[in-house]
Amino acid sequence: MNRLLTVASPNLPPPRRDPLELQIEAQSAVPLMKPDGVSNLSRRAFLGFGASALVLGALLPSMPVRAQTAATVKPGTRIPAFLVIGKDNAVTLLSPFVEGGQGINTGLAQIVGEELDVNPSRFTVECAPPGPDYAVINGLRMTGGSFSTRSSYPLMRRLGATARDLMIRAASAKLKVKPQSLTTEDGFVIHAASGKRLSYGELAPVALALPPRDDVALRDPASFRYIRQPVARLDVRAKSTGKAVYAIDQKLEGMLYAAVRHAPNQGTSVQTIANEAAVAAMPGVHSVHTLPGAVAVAADSWWRARKAVEALSVSWSAPAATGFDTVAADYASSGLLGALKSSTEAGLSAETEGDVAAAFAKAAKVIEADYDAPYLAHGQLEPPSSMARFNQDGTLELWAPNQMPELFQSVAAQTAGLAPDKVILHSPILGGFFGRHFLYGSANPFLQAIQLAKATGRPVKVLWSREEEFRMDALRPLSFSRFRAAIGKDGRPTAIQARTVGEGPLGRWFGAVFKDPVDSSAVEGITEKPYAILNRRMEYVKFPHPVTIAFWRSVGHSMNDFFYEGFLDEIADAGGLDPFALRMELLKDKPRHAKLLETVAAMSGGWKRGPYEVDGTRRARGVSMASPFGSETATIAEVSVQDGETQVHNVWVAFDPGSIVNPAIVKSQVESAVALGLSATLFEELVYKDGVRQSHNFDDYPILSRRSMPAVHVEIVESGAPMGGVGEPGLPGVPPAVVNAVAALTGQRIRSLPLAKNRIGV
Amino acid sequence: MTTLHVNGRAYQVAVEDDTPLLWVLRDTLGLTGTKYGCGIAQCGACTVMIDGTATRSCQVPVDSVGDADIRTIDAIEEDPVGRKVVEAWVAGQVPQCGYCQSGQVMAATALLKQTPNPSDGDIADAMTNLCRCGTYNRIAAAIRQAAG
Repeated sequence: MNRLLTVASPNLPPPRRDPLELQIEAQSAVPLMKPDGVSNLSRRAFLGFGASALVLGALLPSMPVRAQTAATVKPGTRIPAFLVIGKDNAVTLLSPFVEGGQGINTGLAQIVGEELDVNPSRFTVECAPPGPDYAVINGLRMTGGSFSTRSSYPLMRRLGATARDLMIRAASAKLKVKPQSLTTEDGFVIHAASGKRLSYGELAPVALALPPRDDVALRDPASFRYIRQPVARLDVRAKSTGKAVYAIDQKLEGMLYAAVRHAPNQGTSVQTIANEAAVAAMPGVHSVHTLPGAVAVAADSWWRARKAVEALSVSWSAPAATGFDTVAADYASSGLLGALKSSTEAGLSAETEGDVAAAFAKAAKVIEADYDAPYLAHGQLEPPSSMARFNQDGTLELWAPNQMPELFQSVAAQTAGLAPDKVILHSPILGGFFGRHFLYGSANPFLQAIQLAKATGRPVKVLWSREEEFRMDALRPLSFSRFRAAIGKDGRPTAIQARTVGEGPLGRWFGAVFKDPVDSSAVEGITEKPYAILNRRMEYVKFPHPVTIAFWRSVGHSMNDFFYEGFLDEIADAGGLDPFALRMELLKDKPRHAKLLETVAAMSGGWKRGPYEVDGTRRARGVSMASPFGSETATIAEVSVQDGETQVHNVWVAFDPGSIVNPAIVKSQVESAVALGLSATLFEELVYKDGVRQSHNFDDYPILSRRSMPAVHVEIVESGAPMGGVGEPGLPGVPPAVVNAVAALTGQRIRSLPLAKNRIGV
Repeated sequence: MTTLHVNGRAYQVAVEDDTPLLWVLRDTLGLTGTKYGCGIAQCGACTVMIDGTATRSCQVPVDSVGDADIRTIDAIEEDPVGRKVVEAWVAGQVPQCGYCQSGQVMAATALLKQTPNPSDGDIADAMTNLCRCGTYNRIAAAIRQAAG
């Protein structure tokens, strides 16, 4: 049954690595991304002793650096791969990235349009098909890590400028005038002397065949018309009128709809189906199928398929009784947290500075605290779906939500037994993602769509119900860190130690490429903090989870900045210092950070911790800083507590991403990140008990609603530092700012999220 | 056969009586602007207007609809209030991923039809749809603008 998910060994040339390039390339990552999570492997296997690890190991030496075709292509340079200009002068931009709400389509249109001289509002932007041209993140293609704009900004400017130069040269030949006598204006080349205007559309067939120059001058930023402007998003009208088409909305001629039901215990499989014939006879049902870890029904409508699949009487194999090797019958989040806390394994250094032991020996005071954060679901509003069709020409056509097209294409090809170029992949816009649509093995429905299309001989759309999504979503890992600090006689911290035990998604999914035994996605936010605490030892112990873990908006920062910045407030309290003043002092040699902290204080009317009274309620404030994804944030939250529940009234964020493309989209992204961060702080927790997840839908996994939405105030500070990320960085500062505010208000120090599981008392 | 009146047109549909209106709209009639989010009337992505009232169509069996006038996002711009709401949504640059916004626009249109000048409390009571991108503040501002 698991044959479907077996990775074929590719016979590919030996690796050739350029040390200057980023560590991974899409093609090389393909054999590495385990097609299923660790849930079906034993922990021994995961640690390198079992059959699966041997398969993985055997693949490593034969990994290609990139596909053969890619060797001849410099990503981001071949203009026809990116720009299609019609005779009607309509401009279509084929984007390396997928739009999922972050506004990348609009941002790219601004960047390319600025240099090409086409108003971005006239662009249509589509996610490009798989291909080597689009591997613009140092040889890798993905939409994630808040990388899209910062990685492609220089490339896309150059692309636009180079294309404009081609238009001018083509016009010069056609009009028999010197290029210097020509200018451009919003999609036209203009010869002022004669008053002649040629549209890019009529020039394009000739222009795009000319050899591009590689030294075209870029526009002087002082003359930018679109970049750094709050250009309206290209997709808001379609998204406000129901016309935007998501994966779930697509339909094919002759298509069957499929609904699935997954094993209650992940990693178990179907033993028998007692009533298959009766279900097969239900209205509209085409066929009943057994898949790895799931049953499926194909029917002529999704509702009929769903009713039928839920009517199946299935007996499943038994999970292992106990242990952390698999999702065992007694697996519990609380049990895992206990194991992380009681681990005695020696830690690897994630960051070491100074002489920690000496600092602790001389300390006037030592404090210690344990922090943890739960498993989280992505909860994107669009449930996952995928559509597959085997075409008569031998190709497989696939419509699948994804953040890495080439990787999905390769795995689809392996699944279908085809060469990758026989898989045509469409990457629809995403109804939210937040990290949901990376390749997570059994957490992606496209493999089921392929198998069902093969089995039925018909195009198939698989859609997971919200309940199946809660059962199968890959999770932000439950996390744990233990902190110690040495405090001197003057109340200032002299040393800090952290011990993080757990696992991050980078190590899980790309561990064979990122060979560093310290998983940065597990410790980011605890390491590389800007504060002048001179003696530091941050250590990491890997403890693999048996569940499918995921990237989740801001990844390790989503919990680690909560841990660190919460503990920093504890340090301030222990030393009798104000937490804002202490941060300012520890940042006195970091002007970029100090300015941000001053900015957020000014935005909020000057720092005041409280408690103080507003409209008869007591309120207080907390502050935090974070350095996620190349950007910097300073955050202040204002809270009150009513009936044991925390209400957040205001969140102020000073945000420094170095430089920006669209201030309106940047602000929207920070607002959105604040909302998600607050949702995680207040409410979210996916609990495992007795081997199964305890949440099934939004009724028992509450997410932030309007009732709990604070006013969000965002100020962008452009320090001119290298461009950082935008989509994720607004999040990590929120949990600690809120928790620090709660402590200021109530004296209650919350070290375990979410707040909803604690009764907060004033 | 059931007859449904959707966006001013009559449709004959042959589905089981307990089929949720949502799935008839999406899969039978091909009106995919109305979204599936949770199936238990928690998120509001499937909101339509039934005789002018915002209703979560995932929990409405098709045989309960009768002759009622069903309006969906797909025809929202044919409605003068709906058009104002859409313009306010565009002006306020409300959507991000956009998936919940069909339901949000329908809920806002129904609110403004019943309460042309809603208070903050009216907005809070009527606008309970979930948005994972957290566009709640922009939604409220857009409703105030559309009402203005």
